[in-house]
Amino acid sequence: MRFLLHEIYYIALDFLQGMGASFLFLLRLLSYTPKALLRWRIVWLQIYSVGAMSLVLIMVSGLFIGMVMALESYHVLVKFAATAALGTGVALSILRELGPVVTALLFAGRAGTALTSEIGLMRATEQLAGMEMMAVNPIRRIVVPRFIAGAVSVPLLTMIFCAIAILGGFYVGVDLMGVDQGAFWSQMRVNVDLVDDVLKSVVIKSIVFGVAISLIAVYEGYYSLPTAEGVSQATTRTVVNSSLAVLALDYLLTALLFHGV
Amino acid sequence: MRQTRTIEISTGLFIILGFASLFFLATQTTNIRAYSDTSGFIVTASFTNVGGLKVRAPVTMAGVNVGRVTEIHLDPVTFNAIVSIQISQQFNQIPDDSSASILTSGLLGEQYIGISPGGSETFLKNSSKIQFTQSAIILENLIGQFLFNKASSGSK
Amino acid sequence: MMTEVNKDNDNVVEISGLKYRVGNKAIFDRLKISILRGKITAIMGPSGTGKTTLLRIMTGQVLPDRGRVIVDGKNVARLATDELYELRTQMGFLFQNGALFTDSTVYENVAFPLREHTHLPESLIRHIVLMKLQAVGLRGAADMMPTELSGGMARRVALARAIVLDPKIIFYDEPFTGLDPISMGVIVRLIRTLNDSLGLTSIVVSHDVEEVSAVSDHSYLISDGKVVAYGTPEELVHNKSAWVRQFMKGLADGPVPFHYPAPDYASQLLGEEPA
Repeated sequence: MRFLLHEIYYIALDFLQGMGASFLFLLRLLSYTPKALLRWRIVWLQIYSVGAMSLVLIMVSGLFIGMVMALESYHVLVKFAATAALGTGVALSILRELGPVVTALLFAGRAGTALTSEIGLMRATEQLAGMEMMAVNPIRRIVVPRFIAGAVSVPLLTMIFCAIAILGGFYVGVDLMGVDQGAFWSQMRVNVDLVDDVLKSVVIKSIVFGVAISLIAVYEGYYSLPTAEGVSQATTRTVVNSSLAVLALDYLLTALLFHGV
Repeated sequence: MRQTRTIEISTGLFIILGFASLFFLATQTTNIRAYSDTSGFIVTASFTNVGGLKVRAPVTMAGVNVGRVTEIHLDPVTFNAIVSIQISQQFNQIPDDSSASILTSGLLGEQYIGISPGGSETFLKNSSKIQFTQSAIILENLIGQFLFNKASSGSK
Repeated sequence: MMTEVNKDNDNVVEISGLKYRVGNKAIFDRLKISILRGKITAIMGPSGTGKTTLLRIMTGQVLPDRGRVIVDGKNVARLATDELYELRTQMGFLFQNGALFTDSTVYENVAFPLREHTHLPESLIRHIVLMKLQAVGLRGAADMMPTELSGGMARRVALARAIVLDPKIIFYDEPFTGLDPISMGVIVRLIRTLNDSLGLTSIVVSHDVEEVSAVSDHSYLISDGKVVAYGTPEELVHNKSAWVRQFMKGLADGPVPFHYPAPDYASQLLGEEPA
């Protein structure tokens, strides 16, 4: 029993230390951001490798999620003869929760791990130290552009995900299940609020998730141990910590922005 | 390098696609109309109970949307609710003896204001007050009334 | 850029009273080293004595606990980050594994410092890069990727990159390790040629006695955190310390014994003493 308490104590301390260290790292990254943006070509290339390359994954996932949401909702609503609400149901569930969260989790797995392992391997093969010796700040040159690329890509990917998901839901609901097209869109438009559901939910949530995931990914990569095991452990930590952070932040944001705790 | 050019173009497309999606979501899926109409004139109406009426709720005449609720606050003297309505500029010939009622869309849907036209020759304009109002029907009151009637008819 | 040249003794690097501990172990204990300008100085010692750490301290990658580390007139341990970077543009550093960027070509790797620190036009950069690659004999490999290069070639590319900004001092971290005899000969020749033709000061950390002796003007021998011997390769071979002679000649047994301390052999075999 005592052993368990000891373990919990150390886990808690580790957690606090990790949070503090990554927050300080975030401040450091932000301080270098203006200068890093001057080398926009480097940032642009990173946006390509992190965002544009994730596009196929996000679009296909969005399509399937939208379609399955429509299918499931239809079979529930049809029991209450309320299928006119299908558009509303699909749109609200995608915009408020599924869109931002699923995109974030997929991004953490696909791009977050890539960022961590790339930076970690550069550390392990002394490329970062080499850069330091050539009087080039590796944080400004390598880390910050990747962080910016991630923070920018996640909101864009989320918006694409939501749009495609709703269209997918439209296809299943109207074309396959026979819900009235007019009802689908008009009911949706009445019940989906621009500020609440699009601006606050999609835009703000995805920006917060993007910053969190990118921060964790580059942090773990930069401070990984310079060995093969070190990089692989760092990559695992990126996925785990990003996923947990996204889910926790999701609850926090939903509570703060909409409902009160 | 050829490759860099392809990368730059693809990234540009990605970013444009993202914003296009945002545009699609904002305009095609939401009640963006509620925010876009800024031209119009404001009239007020006083209700004893607004029920579940919310700001930005629609205001209709004969089922056609003519405006939005812009403000709801409590009159500290009469303790009635004062509702401010913004009516689109094009509907400037609504008789000023029209009545405003708080109605519910569907059975349990959200509440809106319906305006029934009067016969006056003068029209509503900025800062007009709608004199005749019908407050929201509160479900509990309705049920209470029903039960009361039932009870009294049962005892006859 | 300010350069204070100490006119009394032309030392590019002066280290005095250096102390550095890792955990409980003292890596350096009041170490004192001077590197003469324009010469090739070697720092030798057994594996694990912290020779690489010493290079890192000289270049400001690691901060010592105590002591003065003066490089080109500036105390490296006390510099602010941008001053340190300024100083580093005058230094070249050759890592043991080359530390080339694996996602760029040889040309891009060598051009990197030019692109980051100068605003030279592409045509001029091209001239300089090809010139440096020519100096190390790899101009034909300009379009290859680092993964396609052999160890020796990778190190030569890294060398070209290290000299591309025409530094004053160049540090070599174990440049001979893991190379075949021909590649080793190439590196030995390059270190000498570049040092003399470019007027560099070279500091070579290595434990390859034969190669070092062929290339260095003076050598330091470090052990247990202190300087054990100093002199030309000739002088060291005839040093009065038996340990130094064992090291320089590569003898299997001597003051550093062949056998790791162990209990009596006969007793252990017969089972009387525990293993």
